[in-house]
Order: sequence, then C-alpha cells, then structure tokens
Amino acid sequence: MANGVLIFGETTEDGALAGITAELSGAATRLGGPVTCALLGAGVEGAAAQAGQYGAAKVIVVDDPVLQGYQGDAYLPVAERIAREVDPAIILFGQTMMGRDLAPRLAQRLGTAVAMDCVALELQGDKLLAERPAFGGAARARYTINAMPQMATVRVKALEPAAASGSAEVVKQDANVSPDQIRAKVVNRTKEQAEGIRLEDAKVVVSGGRGLGGPEGFQPLEELAKVLGGAVGASRAVCDLGWYPVAAQVGLTGKVVTPDLYIAVGISGASQHMAGISSVKNIASINKDSDASIFKASRWAVVHDWKEFIPAFIEEVKKVKAS
Amino acid sequence: MPHIICFAKQVPDPETPASQFKVDEGAKKVIPAPGMQPVPSQFDTIGVEAALRIKDKMPDAIITVISVGPDSFRDTIKHCLAMGADEGVHINDPALAGADHWATAEVLAAAVKKLGDFDVIIAGRQSVDWDMGVVGSTVAGILDVPVITIAKQIDFDGSKVTVERVLLDGFETVEAPTPCVVTVSNELGEPRYPQLRQIMLAAKKEVKPWTLADLGIAAPQNRTNLEALFVPDTSVATEVIEGDTAQEKAAALAGRLRDAKLI
Repeated sequence: MANGVLIFGETTEDGALAGITAELSGAATRLGGPVTCALLGAGVEGAAAQAGQYGAAKVIVVDDPVLQGYQGDAYLPVAERIAREVDPAIILFGQTMMGRDLAPRLAQRLGTAVAMDCVALELQGDKLLAERPAFGGAARARYTINAMPQMATVRVKALEPAAASGSAEVVKQDANVSPDQIRAKVVNRTKEQAEGIRLEDAKVVVSGGRGLGGPEGFQPLEELAKVLGGAVGASRAVCDLGWYPVAAQVGLTGKVVTPDLYIAVGISGASQHMAGISSVKNIASINKDSDASIFKASRWAVVHDWKEFIPAFIEEVKKVKAS
Repeated sequence: MPHIICFAKQVPDPETPASQFKVDEGAKKVIPAPGMQPVPSQFDTIGVEAALRIKDKMPDAIITVISVGPDSFRDTIKHCLAMGADEGVHINDPALAGADHWATAEVLAAAVKKLGDFDVIIAGRQSVDWDMGVVGSTVAGILDVPVITIAKQIDFDGSKVTVERVLLDGFETVEAPTPCVVTVSNELGEPRYPQLRQIMLAAKKEVKPWTLADLGIAAPQNRTNLEALFVPDTSVATEVIEGDTAQEKAAALAGRLRDAKLI
C-alpha cells in the first residue's frame, strides 16, 4: 500500500543544503506526509541531518563519488530503487536542473506521469491536484494523475518552506551504480559565467529591453544590479539583436526567474517575456511609454526616460544601502 | 546513411497579446485569438535547425519530421520540410484528440519503431504551449536509448553524439552512443527561415499520413487528467511613482523598495 510523500532534496555545489529542500518539505508536510527525503550526491552526507530538520521522518542519503554533479544515468537507477522501496503515494522534485531531467525519466520508469513546474499543490481526497502555469504563464492548468505514484516538480521559491525544527532518522545507502549503466557520460564541465550572481538565484534581477536603444544601455543596468547585489536579465528582443548574451534571456524561450524584486527597464511586457516572471510578486517597471503593458503587472510604475532615471536611482539606492 | 528524426508540434502563436489570450474553461481549451495563426513550436524548429547543422556536415543524412496532431499540423511539417528536412510523417487520428504527453510519447515511439533504424532523435526541450518538457525523455525511456536534455550544440560523428548541455553557470559536454535522444534549448540558436526555393522544393517532399492502424496500436491511455484550465488573475495594484524630476521619482521608488524590505 502506497503511502506518504517522497521528496528529492538537493545540495549546492559546496555540499550545503539547497533552499528547495525546505520548500519541498513544507509542501510534502502540507500534503499530509509522512515525508521521506532522499538526498543524492557526492559529499552530501554532512547535509543529511539538516535535511531532516524540516519535518521529514526519514532521510535516505546516498553519498557516492559516482553521483558527483548531476548525471541522469547515474541518478536514475538510484532514484528508481528508492522510489520502489519507499513506495510513496506522491513524489516531489524541485523544478531544478536535476528535477527537470530526472523527474520525467523516473516517471517513465515507474509507469506514471509527472506534472512539471507546479506552483500550487493540494489534496482532493487522496488525489494530488497539481497546478502549473501553461501557455507561458498566460494560463494555469490543474492536473490529476491516473497512476501511482503521483509525481510533481515544484517551481523554486513558489511554495512556502518548512521551518527548521526537529530531526529525522538518517539512513545511508550505497549507490550501487555500475559503469555500464552510464550511457550518456559527462566528459567535461565548463563554467561560462564570470563571477556574479546567477540569474536563477538572484534576489534582485534588473532586466533591459528594446527601450534601452542599444547594447550600451546595459552598462548602467549592470551597475544598478551590482549595487543591489543582483543579476542582469534581458528580453528576447535584445538577445535576438545581439545586445546582450542569450544566457541572460528571461522569458518563454529563455529562463524563468523568481527574484524577490524584478526591475524591468525599457521592457514593453510581451507575453513572451512575462512568461519568465509570472511568479514574481514585486515588479518595478521603468518605461517612458505610459501605455506599456508591463505596468499592469507591476507594483510600481515609473513613467520616465530610463537614461535619466537609472543614474539617479543608482544614487538613491546607494543612499538607502548606506543608511 | 545517417537518419535523424525530429519531433514537431503546432502551437497557438506565443506572441499573442495577453489581452487576446482566452480560454474556454468548460472545454478546457484555448480559444484561438482572432487573426493569429498557429505556428510551429519554437523549440521544435530549433531541433530541426540542430538536425540541419548535422546534415550540413553530413549531406547524405536523412531528416524525418514526425508530428502527432490534427489536419492543421501538416503546416508545421511543411515548415520543417521547407527549412530543409527531407520527409514528414503526420500521425493524424481522431482517437488521439485529447491525448496527453504520455499518450503522445507512446505514439511517437511507435512511429519511430515503424520507421526502422535511426541515429538521433531531436526534440524540443518542451513545447511552448503546455510547457511540460517530458516527451523527449519519455520516448527515450520507452525505446530504452540514452537521452541528453537541454542541448545547445549537437555533434554527430556517425557512432556517437557529443552534446553541450546547458547548465546554470555554463555547460557540460556529454557523450552518448547512438541511437539516442537529444532535447534542445534556445541557446542552440535561431532556426533558419525557409527560403522561397526551399518552400517550392518542400511542396514535392513526401508527408506520410499515418493513423493508429498504420502503427498497429490502439490509442494509448492518458496518465493525466486536465481538471481545470483558466486565466489567472495577475492584476496587481499598481502605484505610479510621482515626481517632477528623475531625482524625485528615483528617491520615491527607492523609498518604496526600502519600506517593502526589498533593498
């Protein structure tokens, strides 16, 4: 008899527990638990006790060099074994680099389905009702799953994290992955982004659009982002024009970001772009066109030429930071 | 000769203005916006672009595009053929109306098996309508072949692929023996646009019209139920920051952000 919720926690590169783990724990607890947290990786054993502080009854930790860095073919057999052992009613992943790749593959192995990138989860009787954005965030879709276990991935920072309290039983398992199971082999990892904060992790994102008028417009935005301790994003239009690297593209065909504050500069607000910020609660927009549709989604609207406004705003932010 | 298979679907135009995006909550369907034509899903045309870049180096490679959907999906296949793909397979069967991602993956896998040998299947990392992002890896699982997701470059040497896979802070290079499945992301680059000559050539290329009977399968069972589809209320109370000068507005906004503990 299937029971409980199995979550796949995560650690950061240096082995610390990632924030998504507390968010998944919170969601799983609200779904009624009992919660089992699986933690896979290399050098992750130290984070296992912490993973157990968020309401899990049990943490299954698999700490093995073969799990160094996410690699689908190594993680899949371990995840499948744990899923079959725990036999949960519900399995949750983060919508992270791991979850995006692993959850659909695990669902296929288990003969079930997974609702990806969910922003709300609830129980209807014993059925998981999973709500997720579709059509680039223009619509919301609610799904139930006709097979067991019912699986979902959860958008980062979309759900309330559990508070740290208590502790869980920690169980160590071996990976038992044989080299011939790894068919798609990672042969090299290349860091591309210079220092600075990753767009996906940033608490503040400053984004520029076509209204900047040219690539040089990104210089003051980079300065503003630096003062705010944030990252710089860009609309599809300016990435297509070659004004800013495509790696910074926010939107339907770019990245989905979830900062606490999003500052949109010279961005009109095409649905294509809004898809990337549909979970952001605090948007401040600067546009000289008072009809710009992004204002409708913004908490604060500044109708002004960005060229005048941004330098003044940088100074004001510095004052706030200094006070 | 090398055989590359691309999956492609048709979607409502994602450039539809938000004000014209409407859903029929009863039917749980999107109401097509007036004057907006459906378009090929962008990640899928990026997949065709990836296949064409392989064919640019391996001219004898054959690219087959498979699409599962109603009559209008033929336009998407034709678009891919006009980009330079060689042949199309259009799986069009009324029994597939309402097929979910897992049912569609079963149908695609059956079509791949019927086509015979292949080297690489290339799919978009997700469709740009339902944004689920599961079909490529599900087909790989059904066929029991390796899968590499979210690629920004694919090189194929005849027996293995070397793929640059997008990471948050860079990329990783992944090698897999063929046959395999690769899903592509926008970092791969813009898909080429069909030229007039290619559009004319595409008119002569074959699109196989297949039904479930041709595949020898019954309509696969859905694993998900769409319980509701609605347009979320995203309206927020907007405060227009007042001020006579850039300075005043800047001070006012900084104050609001400080009060909201956002800076």
